[in-house]
Amino acid sequence: MCTERPLSSLCDQAHCAAKGVVSAYRTCFPAEPWAIRAALADVRARFAGNLSAGAFGAAELALAEVLNNVAEHGYADMPPGAVTVCLGLSADSLHVRIEDRGHPMPGGRLPSGLMPEVAHAVEDLAEGGWGWALIRELTADLAYERRTGHNLLTFRIPLAAGG
Amino acid sequence: MNLTSETKDRAQIVRVGEARIDASIAIRFKETMRELTQGGDGPVILDLSRVDFIDSSGLGAIVAVMKFLAPARQLQLAALTPNVGRVFHLTRMDSVFPIHSVAPSAGERRGNVH
Repeated sequence: MCTERPLSSLCDQAHCAAKGVVSAYRTCFPAEPWAIRAALADVRARFAGNLSAGAFGAAELALAEVLNNVAEHGYADMPPGAVTVCLGLSADSLHVRIEDRGHPMPGGRLPSGLMPEVAHAVEDLAEGGWGWALIRELTADLAYERRTGHNLLTFRIPLAAGG
Repeated sequence: MNLTSETKDRAQIVRVGEARIDASIAIRFKETMRELTQGGDGPVILDLSRVDFIDSSGLGAIVAVMKFLAPARQLQLAALTPNVGRVFHLTRMDSVFPIHSVAPSAGERRGNVH
């Protein structure tokens, strides 16, 4: 159940309720680095106490990587748009749903997300490219859908994750 | 950008006073590191004991610092918190940096950048 009103008409009326969700939270903000940082701080304040440090750390990192991708690629070459995040806590998982109105994923599907190789020479080291590999590593049931002009990404963080 | 620099045993220790190295400060972090380390020599030890979150942008910024310091100076890391350590472990970047489990104790102050 989402009780918060959308911050702008660009925010999708995403459903936060997944199967067995006992507590849910919905937020909508511009897909920009400062707003992502503020949203993650808000999520931390609301959820960190309900999850183990390991599971919350996994959720926070996966969420940050997805949101950074929306900001950098989803809304590339257009004014920063809104992103809506729904979080729902069930007995065994944190259910995450992220919606935006940016470009579709290339090829209409999720990137394969292979972890970049570690180069032998310092000058050849990659300075990025870890995002989707981290998201795939940290989440369960990762799924992507393009629906009438918006992107819908869902995943689950098992509460037993991260140690 | 809260970074503090001091020297001890011919190493420059840079203590990160930010709780997060993320996409919103990654570029400033890199630029401030460049200013702080300019003209120095010897290894640079980055004290991460107060950092409890890093994303792939923050990791990329730290790798960029390692690359601009090399080959004359080596970037070493110290006191990774569990959340930060996990990012280095998952990306296997923990095999690239010398990592000290504990941050060096206070040395001689060299300057503050806020």
